Amino acid sequence: MTTLPINETDNTHENPHVRATLVLNHSDFGSVTNTILKVNESSRPPKSWYLALAISFSLMSMLGALIGYLFFTGVGVWGNNNPVAWGYPIVNFVFWVGIGHAGTLISAILFLFRQKWRTAINRFAEAMTIFAVICAGTFPGIHVGRVWFAYWLFPIPNQMDLWPQFRSPLLWDVFAVGTYFTVSLLFWYLGMIPDLATMRDRATTRVKQIAYGIVSLGWRGSMRHWHRYERAYLLLAALATPLVLSVHSVVSFDFAVSQLPGWHSTIFPPYFVAGAIFSGFAMVMTLAIPARELWGLKDFITMRHLENMCKIILFTGSIVGYAYTMEFFIAWYSGELYESFAFINRAFGPYSWAYWIMVSCNVITPQIFWFKKARNSIVIMFTASLLVNVGMWFERFVIVITSLANDFLPSSWGMYEPSWVDILTFLGSFGLFMTFFLLFIRFLPVLAIAEIKAVMPQANPHPHGHDDGPSTVEEDE
Amino acid sequence: MTGVTSNVAREDLYGLAAEFSDTPGIFHAAEQTHAAGYKWFDCLVPFAVHGLDRAMGVKMTILPILVFFGGFTGLLAACVLQVFTNSLQFDIWAVVPLVGYQFDVSGKPFLGAAAFVPIAFEMTVLFAALTAVFGTFFLNKLPMFYHPVLKHPALARATDDRFYLVIEAKDPKFNRDDVEAFLLSLNPDSVIELEK
Repeated sequence: MTTLPINETDNTHENPHVRATLVLNHSDFGSVTNTILKVNESSRPPKSWYLALAISFSLMSMLGALIGYLFFTGVGVWGNNNPVAWGYPIVNFVFWVGIGHAGTLISAILFLFRQKWRTAINRFAEAMTIFAVICAGTFPGIHVGRVWFAYWLFPIPNQMDLWPQFRSPLLWDVFAVGTYFTVSLLFWYLGMIPDLATMRDRATTRVKQIAYGIVSLGWRGSMRHWHRYERAYLLLAALATPLVLSVHSVVSFDFAVSQLPGWHSTIFPPYFVAGAIFSGFAMVMTLAIPARELWGLKDFITMRHLENMCKIILFTGSIVGYAYTMEFFIAWYSGELYESFAFINRAFGPYSWAYWIMVSCNVITPQIFWFKKARNSIVIMFTASLLVNVGMWFERFVIVITSLANDFLPSSWGMYEPSWVDILTFLGSFGLFMTFFLLFIRFLPVLAIAEIKAVMPQANPHPHGHDDGPSTVEEDE
Repeated sequence: MTGVTSNVAREDLYGLAAEFSDTPGIFHAAEQTHAAGYKWFDCLVPFAVHGLDRAMGVKMTILPILVFFGGFTGLLAACVLQVFTNSLQFDIWAVVPLVGYQFDVSGKPFLGAAAFVPIAFEMTVLFAALTAVFGTFFLNKLPMFYHPVLKHPALARATDDRFYLVIEAKDPKFNRDDVEAFLLSLNPDSVIELEK
């Protein structure tokens, strides 16, 4: 079997006999640590980081101010009205939860499938998941109207002997999103402990030594610890895999369990899960492309990694396209008057502009990734990922708004228009997301350093023991 | 390589560490240390070296069993919580009336088993995941902010690019000169003395 030199610079070849190198231009572990931690250890981050943080922080402050305005005035500041009681907050909730799916997919499902390229992107995809779920959780929280009763969502014993309604999908959502957030946070933190220990051991100031010392819990790299750690990581991956599929399924139950035409449909759970992974990968790509340029991480997040992500976007985008088609087919095939109307109304009714934005961004755009040229062009990838983000937001808009605005009785129809508060609150949630993300890339290990080292060919303890040669990554048994 | 000068008093000696610069080095060293019958030894490595735990003779952790019971507890907790709060109605010895908050939704049954599945599933996963993470911390005795191997400045590279094999002084077979000779026979880059 042929082997490739370790320091190849183009790893996008399609030769199934040769395992592609995942780390370029690095032949020793020390230089991997140095390059990745340069992001955190440089005395000053680039100017663009300050600029981005200033913008994000302003947007986040605006979000805070708007939430304050909402609390003092009431939900009337939003465009939510009588048929369309859900409006922007629920659209945004579903959008952000969807974004949050890629992180755990990359860390759990790709881990179980032994997709070793995940090591370069899992850390910040997990971080992205956590921040996206924080944004998502904000919206239903402020949407309840009387926010001072938001704790009624949780089964807390109280003097009224009142308990939540456990047969309601809305309550399932509380548990699903709550569990998802907790498990993602644990997964993220557990994965980060060895890298935090690396940062502790390299820290130059007392403050850093103490801070990283505390969060790394005294990790010393003991192989007896690694043994349990690896087992725990595998178990978490096995637990998170059904979890990640369940979360958006439960979100889709919010719709599918209702009676509304356009919502009451059994295709919703798989269709929502595929859409969530689709949008999550698009967001990972949107963040990874500038991050690898700015922080010099091109040797780790290589073109092959981006190409793999393009392929997943193409695959999930096609599932989403199939689901759109199937919804129409079933609407016609069922012979249900209301169901057929709901879909014709989506495509040709008052919100058809949103519908066609959705189709062109989600179904047509990713088809460009059939071409290798597109999968290897940063400009095309970045543009496509942005369009997918836009398209997926419109998908939720179409689902939530059109079904509510035009349901069974024309006399109870009503159009929905967002208010300025709606639009700025949505914009502000990006500020919240980006502020957390920018702080993360400055203060925490942005790539999974220990995992990257472990997939390098040099990590193989039997370089001549296997017949697949020295420059290949060892297979797990 | 020659031996290390002894600077640490016998009662203060934690152990001796051998330094290696690559994974095959630490792997063979671990195999030989295990074969030589040492029990209290450890490898400090920047990443999980594949198969090193088996080479050291580390027994399979009991963590999966803990996680199973964690998940099972979550499942039971979720079932009890939902049944008690939404559907239960009986008196304990006809004295204490126990009534859940029964929502009548379109006359659907209070004990709607299918409707209880999602939360039962989520709580199973939640409890199992919490057990996996905190169980690992517990079994690994973390957090532990003081440890002799964290004290020696050279061993800081164990989280970067170096591999260390440490034989502890509390090993029944430990004898400073023998262990030093044994470690030197493994062909390490250096041998380091660790103070408690």
